[in-house]
Amino acid sequence: MLRDDRCIMITRLNHVSIFVLDQESAYDFYVNKLGFKVHTDAEMGPGKRWLTVTPPEQPELEISLMSISPGMMFDESSAAAMRDLVAKGTFGFGVFECNDLLATYEELKAKGVEFTKPPKQEFYGFEALFKDDSGNWFSLGQKKSD
Amino acid sequence: MDEYPKQYLYRQIVRAKLFIDTNYASPIELDNIADAACFSKFHFVRLFKHVYGTTPHQYLINIRIERAVELLEKGASVKEACFAVGFDSVTSFTGLFKRRICLSPAAFQRQRELRKKEIAAVPLKHIPNCFAEKKGWTKKSNFREIETVDRDADAAR
Repeated sequence: MLRDDRCIMITRLNHVSIFVLDQESAYDFYVNKLGFKVHTDAEMGPGKRWLTVTPPEQPELEISLMSISPGMMFDESSAAAMRDLVAKGTFGFGVFECNDLLATYEELKAKGVEFTKPPKQEFYGFEALFKDDSGNWFSLGQKKSD
Repeated sequence: MDEYPKQYLYRQIVRAKLFIDTNYASPIELDNIADAACFSKFHFVRLFKHVYGTTPHQYLINIRIERAVELLEKGASVKEACFAVGFDSVTSFTGLFKRRICLSPAAFQRQRELRKKEIAAVPLKHIPNCFAEKKGWTKKSNFREIETVDRDADAAR
């Protein structure tokens, strides 16, 4: 039954996965360095942990920090291949946004975050690139003023 | 060499912000932070607000409440959390907490406690089924296995 007359196709994205080499180290990176909030941290049995974090101003988008280990989502060879690719910096998992890129850049640098590109004005916006503790890279952009 | 214009200013403001992040639990005087950052007080407050959208004082309060949230989640009493993050009155702490979190510290703690218990008891309720199934966390496989292992261990004793 229709609840209202709005579109009833897909409406939102509420979970996204980032594959990490080590969940404990990723916890430190995403929570203590990036300032994300822990949403759910549940032990699911030996060696299995469901860990999600959210950007501070987007509490409804859970980022699942997925361990790349055999038995989780991967078999032995896929896990080894995936770990290799992630560590090599193959994957760019998204674009984060901040209010002031220069301040955020300086703060993250002070906290030891590795930037592969310092803030630069590009034709599509003001952007920097950084890597997480596993090797996944992200673009960091500044919110455009209206 | 500077990577961009005004890098010195940004570094000083960020340093002041990180100073608050580290020392929020001590009585922090705005004058001290402004001095440490080599700015006059008014210039400092203006720059800080420009970058972070809030005054250093409001920011300090926000950080204290955020840390109090973490302590309450870990089981600290309201009084313990209040003093541990640098407030010196439970009444003013409760008021500031309520204004930001929309719940009293005690009510917030009860709510988080309930959620924690539920996650421990029924973790799958908090995980989208597709993941749980794919990862073998659904009851049909993993949990039964663990239960079996536990039972075997008990039987061995």
